[in-house]
This record gives sequence, structure tokens and C-alpha cells, in this order.
Amino acid sequence: MDLVNLFVKSIFIENMIFAYFLGMCSYLAVSKTVKTAVGLGAAVIFVLVITVPINYLIDNYLLQEGALSWLGAEYASIDLSFLSYIMFIAVIASMVQLVEMVVEKFSPALYGSLGIFLPLIAVNCSILGGSLFMQQKDFSGITEAGVYGLGSGVGWFLAILAIAAIREKIAYSNVPAPLKGLGITFIITGLMAIGFMSFMGIKLGGDEQKEENTTALNIQTEDAENDEKTAQISSIKN
Amino acid sequence: MSEQKKDIKTKEEKKKEEMIFFLSKSEEKEAFLSKANRKLLTDPLDDNNPITVQVLGICSALAITVQLKPAIVMTVAVIFVMAMGNVVISLLRNLIPNRIRIIVQLVVVASLVIVVDQVLKAFLYDVSKQLSIFIGLIITNCIIMGRLEAFALGNKPWKSFLDGVGNAAGYGVILIIVAFFRELLGSGKLLGFEVLGHKGLTLADSTGLYALGYENNGFFLLSPMALIVVGLVIWYQRSRNRKLIEEN
Repeated sequence: MDLVNLFVKSIFIENMIFAYFLGMCSYLAVSKTVKTAVGLGAAVIFVLVITVPINYLIDNYLLQEGALSWLGAEYASIDLSFLSYIMFIAVIASMVQLVEMVVEKFSPALYGSLGIFLPLIAVNCSILGGSLFMQQKDFSGITEAGVYGLGSGVGWFLAILAIAAIREKIAYSNVPAPLKGLGITFIITGLMAIGFMSFMGIKLGGDEQKEENTTALNIQTEDAENDEKTAQISSIKN
Repeated sequence: MSEQKKDIKTKEEKKKEEMIFFLSKSEEKEAFLSKANRKLLTDPLDDNNPITVQVLGICSALAITVQLKPAIVMTVAVIFVMAMGNVVISLLRNLIPNRIRIIVQLVVVASLVIVVDQVLKAFLYDVSKQLSIFIGLIITNCIIMGRLEAFALGNKPWKSFLDGVGNAAGYGVILIIVAFFRELLGSGKLLGFEVLGHKGLTLADSTGLYALGYENNGFFLLSPMALIVVGLVIWYQRSRNRKLIEEN
């Protein structure tokens, strides 16, 4: 049940695009037609499902403080977590290369449709973002990490599919010239993100334990709110 | 008429740049800040802005613009990473095998980002907490990869340095504009100072605009408004600079 919660949450509530803006570059660049959008979306799901669990293992058995204790007691105090960026990105880049080679060998048809998108994915922020959020969230097992990867991938896929469909239609409408293309896409994405915010009100079972895992955005808005509150309190005191 | 001339001129210059890109080895010696070099610095600020024209590096640009301070810190971090990364890759450009160049680029950028991350953690801990994973995401910031790929791999170190600084500054300009409006309209502050007056619990307590009944628009603190503000910035920029308008 917890896994289902995590899955739904990572698709809708913590949508990579609409809540965190991760992978925006390829989202904007490759969303001109539905067909290419589906190709890129599928590739993102694929790579996220593979890399998040692998990075979970690396984080838990190599990088975190005390993670190396399986080598012997004297290694227990080593903390390599500052290396996590370079390890994660190396894993992602090499996995992308590997996946590309495997797909090319065994499924030329799939390679034909995904081919050009795979190298792009190495620099898609949502892939590295998935691994970094995984590190923040302290998942209890590799299954959770895998489900999280799948969920974020599906969320990204849905987002790019939706915007590609809208952009195909909007080509026929009369948009003010300076807004054409990029400008209107930004504004539509903003409106879609407002729509997706309505999912934030959904309470899911696992929420109570995970409350401390507040994410970047929440922290920022809360900070701003706190600032206001403290300002109000200090004004009362005065 | 003069505008048209300008247009033709920039086209010629672009062609020249392309030529330089392809013929990097037969490049003639230039002054340190010759015209072409200055163009490398100023072009990304408007005509070739990474965010609004090249559509690169948007991920991090949107998420950290709630307040001005993180946006400025991020700009500085990106300028550092990008200038250094461009120089390093440009120095290595004849040694990197073509097939593994992406991994090499990622490793160079990742090491620079680790340096930035550790420095921020040491000296600006609260900002580094606010930026959370977005410092890490500089690694996959598409502007950096894009410029390494398109410029540093084919140009000399000094030119690459200028290109890096210029593009990072173009990115930073948009970041700071967006953060300015979001912080001003969202929480009525700039860099933490209450520029619109002080908001008390009641009207009588308040000063400045708040005394007139002004309210903060909390919506600007939420993520969707970042997208819309960038959209409006693009609208403004393109209606002023009409050669950037897209066909569709």
C-alpha cells in the first residue's frame, strides 16, 4: 500500500515538471509534436527506473556515513557523501551509454524511435534530480527507490505528452507574435502547473511519517511565511 | 533602414563566428578584448540569451527564484562553474576522444560543482540549504553542457572563458529579474528588506503601502508563477527585439 502511495505521489503531487521544473529544457525543446514527445518520455521512464535504484545502492553501500561498514569496522566512520554528485552523474552517463548500446543491438526498431533521445537524457535534469531526491528521502529499500523512479518517470511522460498535444493544437490559433513558440509554452505550462497544484491537497497514507522530508520548494515558501510570522511577532512586541 | 543594416551585420558576424568555429586552428591572433570577443560577452545578454532564446538551463532558473538572495548566489555559482568548465574543456579539447566526450564534460563540471557546493556549505549554510539539490543540478544545467559542446570544444581558452562568463551572466540576468518580481510582489521584500513598508497585524500597525490596504500576492511564492513571469519576460523581450520572434 505504501508503494502505491509513493507511486501516486511521485506522479501527481511531486510531478517532476510541474512541481520542481526538472527536465524543463528537453521538455520545451522536444515537445513540438506528440510523436517525438512520446519517444523522449518513454526513454526518460526507462532511464529513471534503471538509474534511481542503482544510485540507491551506491548511496547506501558506498557513500553515506557508515555505509562502508560492510568492509570492516575500521571503515565505519568514512563519509563519502560529498562524492555523490560525481558518482551519480557517472552512473547516469554510463548507464545511458550502456542502454543505448543494448537497445541498438537487440531492438533496432526501438533504437530507431528512441535513438536520438537517449544521449540527450544524460543531461536531463529530471534524471539527476530523481537520484538526488532519492538521496534526500531516505528510502528504506531498493523497491521503494525503483517505484519512485518509475513514478517520477511516468509523471514526466504525462507532462510532456500533455504539452505536446496542446502545442500541436495551438499552432492553429492566433497568438500575439512576440509570444509565439516559447512564450506561450511557458505560460501554458504555468497554467498547467496551477492545475497540478490542486493535487497537493490530497492526503495519502504515508504522509505522516514523511513530513520531515519537506522539499526545496516547500522549505522556501515556508521560510518566506516564517519570515512574515516573525516580522508580525516582532511588530507585536514593539 | 539602420535596423536592417544592423540585421545584416549581425548575420555576417554570425557567419564569421561559425567560420571561426569550424576553422579554429587557423584562427588569427586577436586583441584580448577585440570586437568579436566583446560580442561573445554581450550577445548572450539579449540577442542570444540562454534562457529566453536558446531555451537552455531553465530547470534551475525557475525553482530558485522565490527570493533574490538565492538567485544571486546561484548566478555567481553558475558563472564560476561555467567559466572554469569552458576553460578546462577548451584546454583539453584536442585530447578528448569524441566518443566519450560527454562523460569527460560531466566529470569536469561535476568536480567544479562539488567545489562550489562545499564552499557554499562552509560560508553560506542557510542559502545552501535553500538551494538544496539545485546546486547539484548545475551539473546537468543544459547551458553548461550546451556551451561546452558548441563552443569550448572548438575554441581557444580565452574566447571560451568570455563565452562562459557571457552566457552565465545572460542566465543570471533572467534569474535576477524573475526573482526580483517574485520577491517584491510575493513577500514585499527585496533581499530581505521590507521595501514596501512594514506589514503589521492590523492596518494601524502597518506602514508604507500596507497602511493603504495593500496585500502581498502569495501566489507569486508558488512555482507556477515563475513560469508565467518568464513567459512575460519573453513577451517583453521579443516585442522589443522583433527579430527573435518565432514562426510558430
